[in-house]
Amino acid sequence: MAIGEHTLVALVLHQPGVLNRISGMFRRRGFNISSLTVGQSESEDLARMTFVVQGDDATVEQVTKQLYKLVDVVRVTDLDEDNSIVREMALVKVSATNQNRSEIIQISEIFRSKIVDVGAETVVIEITGDQSKIDRFIILLQPFGIREVMRTGAVAMSRGNAVTAQIDNNVSGASRVNNRPKDYDQNL
Amino acid sequence: MKLTGAQMVCESLIREGVDTMFGIPGGAILPLYQTFHQYPQLKHILVRHEQGAAMAADGYYRVTGKVGVAMATSGPGATNLVTGLATAQMDSTAIVAITGQVSRGAIGKDAFQECDITGVTLPVTKHNYLVMDIHDIPRVIKEAFYLAKSGRPGPVLVDIPKDLFTEEAEFIYPETVEIPGYNPTLEGNMSQIKKAASLINSAKKPVILSGHGAVLSRAFDEVKDLAERAQIPVITTLLGISSFPETHVLSLGMPGMHGVAYASMALDQADLIVSLGARFDDRVTGKLSSFAPNAKIIHIDIDPSVIGQNVRTQVPLVGDVKSVLQTLIPQVKQNNHEDWVQHIEEMRINHPSLRLKEKDNLTQQYIIKKISDITQGGAVVVTGVGQHQMWTAQYYTFSQPNSWVTSGGLGTMGFEVPAAMGAQVGKPDSVVWSICGDGGFQMTLSDLATIVENKLPIKFAIMNNHFLGMVRQWQHLFYEDTFTATQYSGNPDFVKLAEAYGIHSFRVTEKSEVDNAITDAMEHDGPVLIDFMVDPEENVYPMIPPGESVLEIVEEPTEEPTWR
Repeated sequence: MAIGEHTLVALVLHQPGVLNRISGMFRRRGFNISSLTVGQSESEDLARMTFVVQGDDATVEQVTKQLYKLVDVVRVTDLDEDNSIVREMALVKVSATNQNRSEIIQISEIFRSKIVDVGAETVVIEITGDQSKIDRFIILLQPFGIREVMRTGAVAMSRGNAVTAQIDNNVSGASRVNNRPKDYDQNL
Repeated sequence: MKLTGAQMVCESLIREGVDTMFGIPGGAILPLYQTFHQYPQLKHILVRHEQGAAMAADGYYRVTGKVGVAMATSGPGATNLVTGLATAQMDSTAIVAITGQVSRGAIGKDAFQECDITGVTLPVTKHNYLVMDIHDIPRVIKEAFYLAKSGRPGPVLVDIPKDLFTEEAEFIYPETVEIPGYNPTLEGNMSQIKKAASLINSAKKPVILSGHGAVLSRAFDEVKDLAERAQIPVITTLLGISSFPETHVLSLGMPGMHGVAYASMALDQADLIVSLGARFDDRVTGKLSSFAPNAKIIHIDIDPSVIGQNVRTQVPLVGDVKSVLQTLIPQVKQNNHEDWVQHIEEMRINHPSLRLKEKDNLTQQYIIKKISDITQGGAVVVTGVGQHQMWTAQYYTFSQPNSWVTSGGLGTMGFEVPAAMGAQVGKPDSVVWSICGDGGFQMTLSDLATIVENKLPIKFAIMNNHFLGMVRQWQHLFYEDTFTATQYSGNPDFVKLAEAYGIHSFRVTEKSEVDNAITDAMEHDGPVLIDFMVDPEENVYPMIPPGESVLEIVEEPTEEPTWR
């Protein structure tokens, strides 16, 4: 992958301050991220974060290394675009009149989104998809007058058996578990 | 065993092998200090400013390899540590700082002397902790020491609210550390080591670039083995100084902005750079696009993030320098690189960067050369930052491993006083010389009192030019001699000042007095301060202007440009 957007997923310790450590690292090292999401993973003491990072391969390599350098970061995966699912949710509040409400509903149906609130002058629509789908949806709604947009940022997961940013439990007996990929140091 | 939080801290410190701590008490950390009398094996050295505590801990770590401990109270006590922590972070030195915090119930309410010190120190520590449960104290302190000294070392701060010190709980010290996201790679990868060996074996013009990592991993024998086995000249970065004896025929000294010309030229002409724990800082590389254009690079470092950060690397090799070299050396063929070594000798003769000028004025170069001669290159030398630092790097001939203590990455003026204090505490039987600038010395001189109190026989040499010399040099070279805010016209009489502290002191104004002054200082039992009145117009050469390549190197101009 050359210059462009990379989706990274990190498994991190779920404890106070971890978001601050990670966002602070992005800020002070001058990395650009277009979105960052965080939430509980399948394990109680671990959270998963998804970053969408802009930059070339060298930048993404540095981002990955700097993430690994943070003590609270357990595992980082740079997702392969073709083999992963990336989703974002957005709530869009758009102006609606009796004349155009049905048109808005029609567009929403085409995008397989949901009307979650209908007011006298507005409609709120919930849409899920990849970023470009949401971008296109918002563009189509612009002529009606967009009042408010709330986007979650991307969450991502690899397809098939592979588990994204997984803790490696195969290493037993050792007091410390090395969770870097085995070939990590050689593929710098 | 039920203990108070304060007792837990002390018990944990003892289990980590701590015997010396530097600090200043205050309200929030007072309950901890009040338990020290129960633990006479923990010696607390009362400094005069918390910055001094952090820097003394740093100096202590650098000379002993034992984690330095600094303590401060909440708020201003803790924020005063910050410059010392940042210095340690940039130079990869192991400090554990323990700070008192306001009680848990008061956190976040702008309580008296409250400061979010874990927030403040986030970017200047390797890791930090705010402990909110007494049961976490032993584990956190164990982890703090482990993180500080393992992998790429660095400072770790542990912030403990006041009410935890007086709470009681069962004390269980963990035997092992479990940090799932942290496991530094120490052993080098075998196939990478093979590649490295084959590059070394086929190189015609190889150089070793030995950095702080070589010192931190104590790879002195290995660096020497590698250099001698294949006759590879050794260039030492600023912090790599004393990783290889400068009395050795293969030693080239320091490269870069104020390095010796032949070291920079050797890097420029090399076909292979074997980097040992160095990170290709801008002061070494200059203009990146023209740095070492013909060289392949074997980059050995314990921190994967510095590999490929600034320069392209042919063989990235993550691991501890000592361990990697031990595996690598047997695969390196004996070689003599006769032409290359001969060529470098010729450069050394044609570009004699370290020739003392025939000049009547008292110069810093002359003094440092004399200190080097009289101590036979065997002292522990501590410096501040600026001209005197560069001249010490150039003119002191370090013959002993790990005998150089300086702030390289952050470039912290004032480091010379507290770091010398920590170094002398760590090595009570060594001769410690602190080479000071008159600017830096005045930033931290309050710890002279600590030095007297603790009978530390440090020899201070103030290079007193009444200027911020390096800044003046840049104003001279790049700002048409506009000397804004660099002249120190109000310096105190440093001799009287030292005497006020009870320190033996004298002033030197003539070249002819230098030898005797140094010898007198060495013979005196306690601390000594010599006020050397040096020529303010001297500039450090060679100089590669910032952002330029070695081609732009300015060696000693035959005629000093007139600037007055």
